[in-house]
Amino acid sequence: MRWFWYASPQTFYPLAGKLAVAGGLAAAVLAVVGLYVGLLVAPTDAQQGEAYRIIFIHVPAAWMSMFIYVVMAFWAGLGLAFNTRLSGMMASALAPTGALFTFIALWTGALWGRPTWGTYWVWGDARLMSELILLFLYFGFMALHASIEDPRRADRAAALLALVGVVNIPIIYYSVKWWNTLHQGASVSMTAAPKMAATMLVGMLVMALAFWAYSIAAAMLRVRSLIRERAA
Amino acid sequence: MLEARDLECERGGKVLFRHLGFALSPGETLRIAGANGSGKTSLLRILCGLLTPSAGEVLWNGARIQSLKEEYARHVLYVGHAPAVKDELTGAENLRAACVLAGLSPSAEQTRDALARFGVPVDKPVRQLSQGQRRRAALARLSVSWKAPVWLLDEPFTALDAAAADLTRTLLGEHAQRGGSVAYSTHQDAGLRDSRVIEL
Amino acid sequence: MLAAARIVVWRELLVAMRRRSDVATALLFFVIVTSLFPLGIGAEPNKLRAIAPGVIWVAALLSSMLSLGRLFAADHADGTLEQMVLGAAPLGVTAAAKAFAHWLVSGLPLVAIAPLLALQYDLDAGLYGVLALSLLLGTPVLSLVGGIGAALTLGVRGGGVLLALLVLPLYVPVLVMGAGAVEMASAGLGGQGQLLILGAMLIVAVAFAPWATAAALRISSE
Repeated sequence: MRWFWYASPQTFYPLAGKLAVAGGLAAAVLAVVGLYVGLLVAPTDAQQGEAYRIIFIHVPAAWMSMFIYVVMAFWAGLGLAFNTRLSGMMASALAPTGALFTFIALWTGALWGRPTWGTYWVWGDARLMSELILLFLYFGFMALHASIEDPRRADRAAALLALVGVVNIPIIYYSVKWWNTLHQGASVSMTAAPKMAATMLVGMLVMALAFWAYSIAAAMLRVRSLIRERAA
Repeated sequence: MLEARDLECERGGKVLFRHLGFALSPGETLRIAGANGSGKTSLLRILCGLLTPSAGEVLWNGARIQSLKEEYARHVLYVGHAPAVKDELTGAENLRAACVLAGLSPSAEQTRDALARFGVPVDKPVRQLSQGQRRRAALARLSVSWKAPVWLLDEPFTALDAAAADLTRTLLGEHAQRGGSVAYSTHQDAGLRDSRVIEL
Repeated sequence: MLAAARIVVWRELLVAMRRRSDVATALLFFVIVTSLFPLGIGAEPNKLRAIAPGVIWVAALLSSMLSLGRLFAADHADGTLEQMVLGAAPLGVTAAAKAFAHWLVSGLPLVAIAPLLALQYDLDAGLYGVLALSLLLGTPVLSLVGGIGAALTLGVRGGGVLLALLVLPLYVPVLVMGAGAVEMASAGLGGQGQLLILGAMLIVAVAFAPWATAAALRISSE
């Protein structure tokens, strides 16, 4: 029952503020730890040398780009099903952060690709393409929302778009398995033992948590600003 | 029976009406009156299911129309502001399409009669008709839609000459007499025997 | 239900026949775009042969995006869309019928004309079949999926470009598979894999796109 209490924008507002502060602090701490592990503790890679360290930003960013989209689609679906205003606002609040991580993933990927694959970008790679499509999905979501004047209709139209686009997420995730192109196969899976040194894994996971905490903080701040805007 | 409960409508940041409730039984005629911008069109659109109210619900024989969807739509005839005719098609073709989409299947004979009653040329493309004729082409649906129990009409008497207005009044009256329900919006008194009037 | 679908297709075709300029525009655009590339890139046969599948497919995509704007806009303006939303048949069926009619008018002609345009690119005659088949499978997907975007952007300012942005992520896989099929075939590797995937996309699009379009139409009708 407590959940429905918070479904009202006014009651959620103070909670969002507390979550933003908590998220921001956690993000800062975790990022410091993660970068320490990634840059200083983890060993040099046998094949790629120091350049591989960009993985500590790239992989967590890619994970977050997909995760945030799924969460965004979840809120979108909730808003469509139950016609709640706050759900739509949550989806809108998450989109820019999701787009940011997608961009970071693509950008760091390109920077990593140069020394390792010899090129910044490969058009044929399924995962790269799907990640780029994901970026366009985020942009499309934000653009559609911005173009519709009535906030309720904007929320619902963008929500539908988000749900239609969700089909892209499994494609990105599994594209590495389905198409044998340039991207390396999954090194971290839920079932098999990871194929990388424990410290590298720890570094990536800590950075992922840091990004997650940051996303919560950013989304909460944005939701608060949306609540203020719509209440006016 | 069509029932509205505790309806609230918010458009463009303004609340047009709230806590609006009423029931429309078979044989009743409801007039929705109000100034421009008071929410007459919005209320009719809420009643036919095109618009979702910000609060409250509309029930058809006890069930929410949002859940009924086509089940309810089959029982409704809605004539909105726009005449819902395609410029490139003739009056007859337009009427036929409208009827089939509404689940009716009148014979060619009946469609021609309906159009003739309203004085609409049957085989001319609507593009070539005057505004008044277009409006009448849209209203010609009334002649063939006796099966739909609920008629929701948005300002049906606008831009009609006396003859067409009389014909429309007759058709609405006939529909109520057969046991149908009619809800229509208008600026001024249209000369119908209304069971109820709502002022927005 | 079928009667409603039939009447929608019938009405769309009638309107298209009486408004031939709209139909011709899409086809003409396709022809112009494919004809411009050899002029711009230079007529070296090997280069043209290599880019032919991609260029023809991109032109088909752009032409589809161009004609999507018309899919629901006129209906929205003259009130016929509302009547479809309030129709006796499920809105998904009506939306599918609209997409089908759109494909008949804007997609199928492209399939027919593509081999002719491929002549300009000196594409191997043996590849015409794969090209036509890839377009035959892919263009309906474009119409179906594009319908979702068209429905979402009804009456919205910046419509055309916004529509392109929205459908682009959904169009890209079709483009990749379609052009890929012809490229694979030209490399002697058959291209069946891509064609099968296109077929699967078509099935998924037929199953899901109409309902998404219907939901979008309801949202846009409010």
